Amino acid sequence: MSKVRVLVGTRKGAFILESDGKREKWDVSGPHFAGWEMYHLKGSPADPNRIYASQSSGWFGQLVQRSDDGGKTWTPVDNKFAYEGVPGTHQWYDGTPHPWEFKRVWHFEPSLTDPDTVYAGIEDAAIFKTTDGGKSWKELPGLRGHGSGPRWQPGAGGMCLHTIVIDPSNHNRIYLAISAAGAFRSDDAGQTWKPINRGLVSNFIPEPTAEVGHCVHRIALHKSRPNTLFMQKHWDVMRTDDGGENWTEVSGNLPTDFGFCIDVHAHEPETVYVVPIKSDSEHYPPDGKLRVYRSRSGGNEWEPLTKGLPQENCYVDVLREAMAVDQLDSCGVYFGTTGGQVYASANSGDTWNPIVRDLPAVLSIEVQTLQ
Amino acid sequence: MSTIRVTLPAHLRTLAGVGSELQLNVEGAVTIRSVLDALESAFPMLCGTIRDHGTLQRRPFVRFFACEQDLSHDPVDSPLPKEVVSGKEPFMVIGAIAGGALP
Repeated sequence: MSKVRVLVGTRKGAFILESDGKREKWDVSGPHFAGWEMYHLKGSPADPNRIYASQSSGWFGQLVQRSDDGGKTWTPVDNKFAYEGVPGTHQWYDGTPHPWEFKRVWHFEPSLTDPDTVYAGIEDAAIFKTTDGGKSWKELPGLRGHGSGPRWQPGAGGMCLHTIVIDPSNHNRIYLAISAAGAFRSDDAGQTWKPINRGLVSNFIPEPTAEVGHCVHRIALHKSRPNTLFMQKHWDVMRTDDGGENWTEVSGNLPTDFGFCIDVHAHEPETVYVVPIKSDSEHYPPDGKLRVYRSRSGGNEWEPLTKGLPQENCYVDVLREAMAVDQLDSCGVYFGTTGGQVYASANSGDTWNPIVRDLPAVLSIEVQTLQ
Repeated sequence: MSTIRVTLPAHLRTLAGVGSELQLNVEGAVTIRSVLDALESAFPMLCGTIRDHGTLQRRPFVRFFACEQDLSHDPVDSPLPKEVVSGKEPFMVIGAIAGGALP
């Protein structure tokens, strides 16, 4: 029988939640790496027992942990992320040049076929790769070498490369997103990159339709339609059907189109989930009601999903990495909040239940569907 | 060779899998640099957690104490106090008090 393993990164450690395919009773283990910020944990699609975890602290910097047994035991692997060559500068908040400085790993994206190959998205924004299971990391310098790098500027959360998506039909095609530079695509396995921001309009930058400078919060795709991507931007929910060449807004009837996370149903490529957040200055749900919005039409028409979610006095946030889906026949949807709740729906979002209620602030959620 | 006593903050003890105090053999002059070199050689998982990988600068929220002195700003090649060299006193790696925005 299938099982589900939910990997939860929080401000004070990692937690692993496991259930059978019914997703009614959950075993909770953790905190792993107690007291450390766990920005992201992700398992290898090629070997679900292989998990990579980003462990960091303001005191002791960045560590990378690897598990070969599904999160029961962990081994620290290489934590050195050295930019290739002379790092150069990007823009600082005041517009002055600022040297590229490594701060932390935001995201691991394991290869779809090789457990030893993983991409890492870091702050200050760059993409790194290991091909030896984390024993060494090497930058793919074509991203920062694209030419627009000196114009990139950090968002309020830092200049982070937080999203990496591998095209399941063409592993040489990789998408990524940077706050606040925008979305980029490589068609040669990360050697060269191009900005893919045409159609994005960001009124918080001097040139709202600029090639770069957009604060993209998250990108998701469905494996059956790899040229269709959905994006939650700082404001606006967007979609593209040509691999990012052109984006159109699909915010439609959302109560607010600000938000962080976005994901796509496991079996319905036009079913999309977002959690609207009131505004960029008020990071909580509108009206104190925690509502996931679902579109079954690929955007524009959205319905609120509320059953089992607090509908009064709720002022949590749901961060960009904190939503995921499982692959079971009845698709499960999961998200975590800055209030420490992890909510799960075993029926595509129709009803929700908290798996846990009182964790530290949740930074990331990933789900593994196990046989 | 000198046998030095070293204490680490709790998170780094957990990471290295050591107790409240450990002993290190240090070749040659006993300095902050040589103690950290020996520490990272014995416990490679600590690389990058006390000093930066590239610059080897002390991380901002880490401090070095010994003999009731803050040695954090001393030159890393200065000899450590003789009580540290003899093993009478430990060389203490401290996670600085840094309360603030994060709960």
